[in-house]
Amino acid sequence: MAVIDFANPTRFLKLANRLLPWLAVATVLTFAYGLNGALHAPDDYQQGATVKIMFLHVPSAWLGMFGWMLMSVAALGTLVWRHPLADVAGKAAAPIGAAFTLLCLVTGSLWGRPMWGTYWVWDARLTSVLVLFLLYLGVLALYWTAEEPGRGARAAAILTLVGAVNIPIIKFSVDWWNTLHQPASVFRMGGSSIDPSILHPLFAMAIAFTLLFVTLHLAAMRNEILRRRVRAMRLIQAQGLASA
Amino acid sequence: MKSFAALLMRDVRLAVRVGGGALMGAMFFLIVVVMTPFAVGPNLRLLGLIGPAILWLGGELATLLALDRLFATDHEDGSLDLIRTGEIPLELAVAAKAVAHWLTTCLPLVVISPLLGLMLNVEARALGWVALTLLAGTPALTFIGLVGAALAVALRRGGLLLAILVLPLTIPVLIFGVAAANAAIAGPAPFGPPFTILCALSLASVVLGPVAAAAALRYAME
Repeated sequence: MAVIDFANPTRFLKLANRLLPWLAVATVLTFAYGLNGALHAPDDYQQGATVKIMFLHVPSAWLGMFGWMLMSVAALGTLVWRHPLADVAGKAAAPIGAAFTLLCLVTGSLWGRPMWGTYWVWDARLTSVLVLFLLYLGVLALYWTAEEPGRGARAAAILTLVGAVNIPIIKFSVDWWNTLHQPASVFRMGGSSIDPSILHPLFAMAIAFTLLFVTLHLAAMRNEILRRRVRAMRLIQAQGLASA
Repeated sequence: MKSFAALLMRDVRLAVRVGGGALMGAMFFLIVVVMTPFAVGPNLRLLGLIGPAILWLGGELATLLALDRLFATDHEDGSLDLIRTGEIPLELAVAAKAVAHWLTTCLPLVVISPLLGLMLNVEARALGWVALTLLAGTPALTFIGLVGAALAVALRRGGLLLAILVLPLTIPVLIFGVAAANAAIAGPAPFGPPFTILCALSLASVVLGPVAAAAALRYAME
């Protein structure tokens, strides 16, 4: 079954409705497992209990970036194949990705207060995530300004791709500019520098967050399709009233 | 090539004649720089330290000021449709408009920046280098802004949206521009690496900007 088969919104809605309860249950179960593991993970020898913030902070950072990747793929789908569901997918992903990015910033700042002694520093990683959040806001603003959903979707798709080209450049330039945040420690050459007792629940939480993202995204896509149907029906109704 | 030059000349002429506002950007730049000592105090040492940053920020905002007119006026009077259906590829046409914008808005900024640098107590021997960073970096601002202007053209309140869309994307230009300017003034970091990256950013946006902007215009107007 090809992706194009799901271009039919009715078929997609049917599938989404069938999948959503299962996804929700899986999300809750993984969260229960991950949170349990996170609460029982040993405290860090330097950071104490505050290391537990990591279980929220790191997965939300991953998903903040994952959100933009998803939007870029959806943008390609909109511009290249004109897949009717791609712009729905992109539009639905934007607020969710922005929310995860904000969550990453907030948890990071709460973690920074006891560890670095300040809520915010103009460090490279923090700043590039903040810029990512600003880019999300730009896409959201574009969606809010467009009066017709289709036209807004194509404009947002172009902006998403321009952002996708720019994000690595911004990351690189900000790294050049200033660095304090620790370098990547989960995935790196020569194995992870994190102890398995913490790494294991972290991965569980990452899977749980991803499932949460997928569930919310699918639900948001369903809502967006229904919203567009309501809009189309209203337009038809208004037309009928006008001609009558 | 002939139509490219014709379009370029048309835009430049429109900008320098009555109601075009070619020098508005430079005037705005001047006012931003004059406002700065009122905000931070007349301490010359401090002004000398933040001088390049003020010049770059002022230059960036002044570039942005004229951007929302780049397509909006042509869209209103219909000439954008003519350009779009003309024989010249849309990518080239928007590039011509961007070059015209750079000539009429950014080049005056670069020209007056040594004078304003002097007012901000930037070291005299570095004034030329600071102007050079602006000369190398402002094409990137124009051509990144071009994409934003094309995206905003068909939307209401597009001008307000433009700043929100474009400014985050210009952060790398600002970083390397100010880094190169500071290197020219104080050292000890060499001037070369940030300056060459700045040039690279400009060249890349000159190539990619028109393609994205033309795509945005096509979608906006269909």
